[in-house]
Amino acid sequence: MSNKESIVDIPTVNKIARLSRLNIPDASKQNLTNDLNNILGFVAQLDEVNTSDVEPLASVTGHKLPLRSDKVTDGNIEDLVLKNAPESSSGFFVVPKVIE
Amino acid sequence: MNESINLKPGQINGETGIWEMVIGLEIHAQISSKSKLFSGASASFGADANSNVSLVDAAMPGMLPVINEFCVEQAVKTGLALNAKINNVSIFDRKNYFYADLPQGYQISQFTKPIVGEGEIIIDLDDGLQTTIGIERLHLEQDAGKSLHDQHPSKSYIDLNRTGVALMEIVSKPDIRSPQEAGAYVKKIRSILRYVGACDGNMEEGSLRADCNVSVRKLGEEFGTRCEIKNLNSVRFIIQAIQSEAERQVEILEEGGKINQETRLFDTSTGETRSMRSKEDAHDYRYFPDPDLLPLEFSDSWVQKIKETLPELPDLLKKRLVTDFGITPYDASILVEEKDYVDFYQKAANGKDGKLTANWMITELFGALKKESISLSNSPISPENLGQLIDLISDGTISGKIAKDVFAEMMISKKSPSDIVKDKGLEQVSDDTEILKLIDKVMLENEDKVKDYLGGKDKLFGFFVGQVMKLSQGKANPGIVNKLLKEKLK
Repeated sequence: MSNKESIVDIPTVNKIARLSRLNIPDASKQNLTNDLNNILGFVAQLDEVNTSDVEPLASVTGHKLPLRSDKVTDGNIEDLVLKNAPESSSGFFVVPKVIE
Repeated sequence: MNESINLKPGQINGETGIWEMVIGLEIHAQISSKSKLFSGASASFGADANSNVSLVDAAMPGMLPVINEFCVEQAVKTGLALNAKINNVSIFDRKNYFYADLPQGYQISQFTKPIVGEGEIIIDLDDGLQTTIGIERLHLEQDAGKSLHDQHPSKSYIDLNRTGVALMEIVSKPDIRSPQEAGAYVKKIRSILRYVGACDGNMEEGSLRADCNVSVRKLGEEFGTRCEIKNLNSVRFIIQAIQSEAERQVEILEEGGKINQETRLFDTSTGETRSMRSKEDAHDYRYFPDPDLLPLEFSDSWVQKIKETLPELPDLLKKRLVTDFGITPYDASILVEEKDYVDFYQKAANGKDGKLTANWMITELFGALKKESISLSNSPISPENLGQLIDLISDGTISGKIAKDVFAEMMISKKSPSDIVKDKGLEQVSDDTEILKLIDKVMLENEDKVKDYLGGKDKLFGFFVGQVMKLSQGKANPGIVNKLLKEKLK
């Protein structure tokens, strides 16, 4: 993609906001669109580098993923888990009905 | 419509021609680990709400996931059992979606580089035929929590105990062509998982669930648009759901309509699928590599070590049973269905008549257990005692008919067959003099019939055998009775 083109428009911002459950006031949408396009344009400079012979990199540290053994070492902390819940009842989180 | 057309399973004879189904399955198998995939909370089933939850599972800020080595091993083990390519480097991605039972706002899954790549399995169909189904991939991912919708009129109750439990998603290629093949495929995967020990395969408790992708096409044409039926938890429902979904699609297409690619639910009460509320963005998961997790890497030698721990798998085991015990491929396929069965059989048949053992186990024992709703692991008849019964039949101590009575007694009293035979004096009489005495008695009591027989009424022979057996209370050796009677009645 070229860094000169605007790739994000207001409908795209609306869609991402909906997927992320973010409520964005109409007044900020144009600024947000400009910001996102600037960020993407900046990142698009990477397209100038020839990466045809380079494996995609998922980490730069060179470390391997540490593994833990299969032991139960955690849990039984319902109070802590539920502490920040706006509503709870008999050990459950209680939320507005989310059924189809 | 032409009534005489010979349809293959999975084909539908529509108004405009023959349609075939194209089916692909995604099986979610819960790994039989003690703790979760990325946290040390227990993965057990049925605990108090939110008691098996760590702050990692609850997605509190600052918590870091650390992967469970056992779960990685089970995925590799299963991959090897599926004859699949093991990827020594794989990557975890975030699959973003918003739902109350997923506090992270994303599921940790594997998208671009799964731990296991392409493989294949052989499935057994009812008509004795086999077919090969390709495996697309197997990857590791987190399960979601549980929502209860029936506790309150306007609220849902959320339990995160299942959140973060390790799942393997096994994705087939679209190689399946009928609901029956889909059922056989799920059974085979379940059997492999149980042999390997990676998953208990318990569909009632939800440790094995399947999503079915179904489309239809005219024979030889391109793939049609597919629909995905979510979360089926029994082989019977999988078969029903696919059949009804395929019929629905044929009906729409034949009326000139179009199939919308969508997610559907199977309603077990109507036996039909229905559309989930339109989720236009449902598949916009915005996957990206999880920055909390480094690539998962392991060496060939580690994979080799796991390979050495693999048990004998059903396909090879079946071949070996046929060679070693001389049983039919059909009997062998029943015995390898469950690891329990094979273990029991091999103990019972050790040094015995393998064919006779298989017959007694499959017909008599399975029949009796089914009638009483007892599982093989709780069988009142031990493998050793079944083996002993086979020996008593093989060496002529008891007849096959008496053996059935002994067997019935074994089911009730759990006693060994030799004790029962001794206590009740059921030994077969094979002694010539004893049997001759019985024959003489029968001939004396039926002089007229003897005359008729000698006069040419050959059919009466069976009558004499029956009378002698009856007189011996079933204990006379029928082979010897036959032989001696023939000599006597010359």
